[in-house]
Amino acid sequence: MADEMKDMVLEYVIDEYVDEDDDIEVDFDTPLISSGIVDSFSMVSLKVFLEKKCHVSLPDKEATPEAFDTVNKICELVRRFQD
Amino acid sequence: MSNIGSYEKRRENFNWDIAREVLGWKEGEILNIGAMCSDRICAQGKGDKKALIWQGFGGKQKTYTFNDLRVLSNGYAKFLQDLGVKPGEKVCLFMDKIPELYISFLGILKMGAVAQPLFSAFGDESLEVRLFSADTKVIFTTRKHVKKVRKIQDRLPALEKIVVVEGNPDKLKEGEIFFQVEEAPAVEEFDVFESGPETPSVLHYTSGTTGQPKGAQHAHASVWGQALTTSWVLDLKDDDIYWCTADPGWVTGTSYGIIGPWSLGATQCVLDSGFTSSAWYNFIQDNKITVWYSAPTAIRSLMRDGEELVKQFDLSSLRHLASVGEPLNAEAVIWSEKVYGLPFLDTFWQTETGSMMITNFPGLKIKPGSMGKPFPGIVAGILDLKTHEPVTEPGTVGLIAFRPGWPSMFREYVKQPDVYRSKFVGAADDAQPSELRTDESLWYVSGDRASFDKDGYYWFVGRDDDVINTGGHLVGPFEIESALVEHEAIAEAAAIGKPDKVNMEVVKVFITLNPGYEPSDDLELNIMNFIRKRLSPLAMPQEIEYSEKLPKTRSGKILRRYLKALEWGEEVGDLSTLEDD
Repeated sequence: MADEMKDMVLEYVIDEYVDEDDDIEVDFDTPLISSGIVDSFSMVSLKVFLEKKCHVSLPDKEATPEAFDTVNKICELVRRFQD
Repeated sequence: MSNIGSYEKRRENFNWDIAREVLGWKEGEILNIGAMCSDRICAQGKGDKKALIWQGFGGKQKTYTFNDLRVLSNGYAKFLQDLGVKPGEKVCLFMDKIPELYISFLGILKMGAVAQPLFSAFGDESLEVRLFSADTKVIFTTRKHVKKVRKIQDRLPALEKIVVVEGNPDKLKEGEIFFQVEEAPAVEEFDVFESGPETPSVLHYTSGTTGQPKGAQHAHASVWGQALTTSWVLDLKDDDIYWCTADPGWVTGTSYGIIGPWSLGATQCVLDSGFTSSAWYNFIQDNKITVWYSAPTAIRSLMRDGEELVKQFDLSSLRHLASVGEPLNAEAVIWSEKVYGLPFLDTFWQTETGSMMITNFPGLKIKPGSMGKPFPGIVAGILDLKTHEPVTEPGTVGLIAFRPGWPSMFREYVKQPDVYRSKFVGAADDAQPSELRTDESLWYVSGDRASFDKDGYYWFVGRDDDVINTGGHLVGPFEIESALVEHEAIAEAAAIGKPDKVNMEVVKVFITLNPGYEPSDDLELNIMNFIRKRLSPLAMPQEIEYSEKLPKTRSGKILRRYLKALEWGEEVGDLSTLEDD
């Protein structure tokens, strides 16, 4: 289940934020915000995606650039609020 | 002792010529911003001084001296000349905050062309509108961003050259030029274009309530205002290490992220990586930054991450802080004084004004939440909302206005003289831009509302129109609505600003759907990402409300003001023109 979530988030990030001909390899630990792949304004659509698909409400206070910086960190955050 | 000394004394007998003294500029020298920020500083014996300390993703760092700026900007200037670019033609800069952006900006000005910086997060539609409007001749971009240019280049008849200045040259398309100035032969000497005070310099686009964004054209004389405000408000001194967090795709990033500091020979830092509080504090600590000019959205994000994080860093180098982009709330001023030991000084100005207009000053008592007082030489007023006469009673809310004539004032809206004229109260119907901007009997109206108190401090109230201020950037509702109705599912759309704790406002849209479409989570995400990619992340709606029908006037115009009033819990006002059900 946990791996499914990680795959789903990674797929969304690649589909929405990475162009086909970008020379970027994105994996579960690739920095997203601090590397500029996802800018802080675009984090909002990622947050909406997570809330809709994972049926969770993420408080703004917790949805920080640090917490959204990798797919692994994002999934950790989502799981905390799913529990 | 601050550079300004006594605010009151500076206001007495003020003359803009004092900017020449501050810059050490002599009559007969070329008034060219590109050269004033590089060649001139070298001629003052500061060629070996650090001009730019840059840090990118992954901690990558580069440092440039003023002599580097001089030689490399010569390289860009010569390259453009060899390309056939003529003085007055527009050269767009479309890239992240990399050194090439800052240095080529100077090169463009040195050879007499107009620099048109655009925010690199703009989507292809936002880019197209601005390049088309300006008849842009050449675009400097990077491998990362050239894809957006390719999508629209066929619809831009004036665009002759696409130049990629960074990245991998292998994947360029036919006709694209690769030019890496640091790999090209050094250009030690370049005959700088002899621009004058009214020679066009920088073109920035700004959003309005109606129509597409307008190009606010500035001239080389702007440097007087930008240098003097940098000296007196940002208080930059020769040994300061300065950090302006703004992107040169917006006016703060050029006026105070390039022209102001470099014309004064100051060392500045640029961080080109995503925002995280830790990364910003690290950057201040590592570079021993002394003067920091940032934005309320960033400050509120830092506040959210708390005081404990601040304690993990040595920020003792900081000595002066200022803020711009949207009103800085009193809580943020008080918080910064508590945790950094220094208050952020709010500064008010806009794309059109080119430099600070109403601001807080070193040494002047701060009233947290206030915009401060007019800069010396700036005649500010509050105009009655209906009569447009100046109000005299403290506390009366009206339109913020300025008497024309300050040096950094925009010279025109590109190809829109009527819109330019409409910004001046009292203008004759046939008045030309050159008359309007020098006629001190008129009022230039900023589009914002405020009041002043009995001590002469100004207090921001809000916009006087429907333009959305999100994270310190103005976003036009018309631009969003036009893009939304291009989405296959959307029949009609209205965009408004919705209150937000961190960004002041975020975009909220109301839409009606075409037959065959139903509201769903997937559709909502699809619409958000559609706008993010077409326009920019700033324009992306953060809330979408579906509606059967949008409120309209009897003539069919969507009543944004009604939707906004409902959203903000305000009086909806006169609804006599509202369409009957």
